[in-house]
Amino acid sequence: MNTTEAHDQHIMSVRANLMVFGILLGLMALTVLMALIDLGPLGVPVAMAIATAKAVLILLYFMHVKFSNPLVWLFSAAAFVWLFVLVSITLCDYLSRDWLTILGK
Amino acid sequence: MSTSIATHDHAHAHEQPSPGTPEYDAQPLLLHQFADRGQQKLSSILAMWAFLATEVMFFGGLILAFIIYRALYHKDFVDAARHLSIAWGGFNTVVLLGSSLTMAMAVRASQLGERKQLVRYLIMTMGLGTIFLGVKGIEWTTDYKHHLVPGFNFHWEGPPGGAHHDSPAAAEVAAAPADPLETPGLVNPETEADYNKEYARADNGQRAQMFFVLYFFMTGLHGIHMIIGIGVVGVMCWLSWRGWMSGCGATQIEVTGLYWHFVDIVWVFLYPLLYLINIHYP
Repeated sequence: MNTTEAHDQHIMSVRANLMVFGILLGLMALTVLMALIDLGPLGVPVAMAIATAKAVLILLYFMHVKFSNPLVWLFSAAAFVWLFVLVSITLCDYLSRDWLTILGK
Repeated sequence: MSTSIATHDHAHAHEQPSPGTPEYDAQPLLLHQFADRGQQKLSSILAMWAFLATEVMFFGGLILAFIIYRALYHKDFVDAARHLSIAWGGFNTVVLLGSSLTMAMAVRASQLGERKQLVRYLIMTMGLGTIFLGVKGIEWTTDYKHHLVPGFNFHWEGPPGGAHHDSPAAAEVAAAPADPLETPGLVNPETEADYNKEYARADNGQRAQMFFVLYFFMTGLHGIHMIIGIGVVGVMCWLSWRGWMSGCGATQIEVTGLYWHFVDIVWVFLYPLLYLINIHYP
């Protein structure tokens, strides 16, 4: 695509919008079901994985990132990169001092 | 109408309708500082994404605090979260996902130049957002009645359905009266037994209160964003109805949509973190 275009002229069809919505509802039901089963220490990663999947779907399709200029990809990815840095380095700090005893408790 | 800095090549010219025709008027107005409409739209979208990146960090700070405290006070957080209604939270999630759908349909309508449809979808988006806020109000009122609002009337009596203890020894330690002058904090116990003992100590509900501090701040901040979002969508709805924006306001509506979808994504993460992760004791 032309580098100064925001996105190609792709307009999502009604069907595509409804399909994404349907998948989002399905993932929502899945996350509630998974929460009712006692998964032990896997509970948190599974719930976060499903939430991330929903967020990615909304990002790519509803927010049109999939059809957008690579610069838009960069900006949207950067937002989550910084969040990842915040959470991971802080947790590294806590865990390395043994200030948390998360897993298995 | 051509400027002295007409650098765009004329290969594009045959795609553009000539000035004065209705097709020309239906396009968004090209402001003079931009080379073409693609660049104009891209700059608006990147600006909104830069703002959304700051918003991710705004909520991210609270989410990090929640992660740390949940790891420290895991049992109390499960007890506290049992006071929340998964059903209301789930209903709210579905309502917000639906509002994202209607917002995406509104963006689509603006791209196709269909003004009436656009206004209709924006009104639906506002309606669903207001339903979300109404349910949040119900939830918060219920929490207030159950004495769960920190700083106002917080009085902890354990989770609904009675307290849960890992072992009889833990139950004994928890039953011992709490020293009001001693507050539980970060501890570096030597052994696991020490940790369990320290953790089982009664604390006048201060650990559970931490959950509700974070709960009210996270959902409150999210609610403020919803109110602002509904206001912005309302303004866009009014402007679209009046035909105030050129080219059906495709860029403006899309940028509004980005903000709205972001608020939805935040809730998608908030719901499992606050309501669902705490059903089973770790």
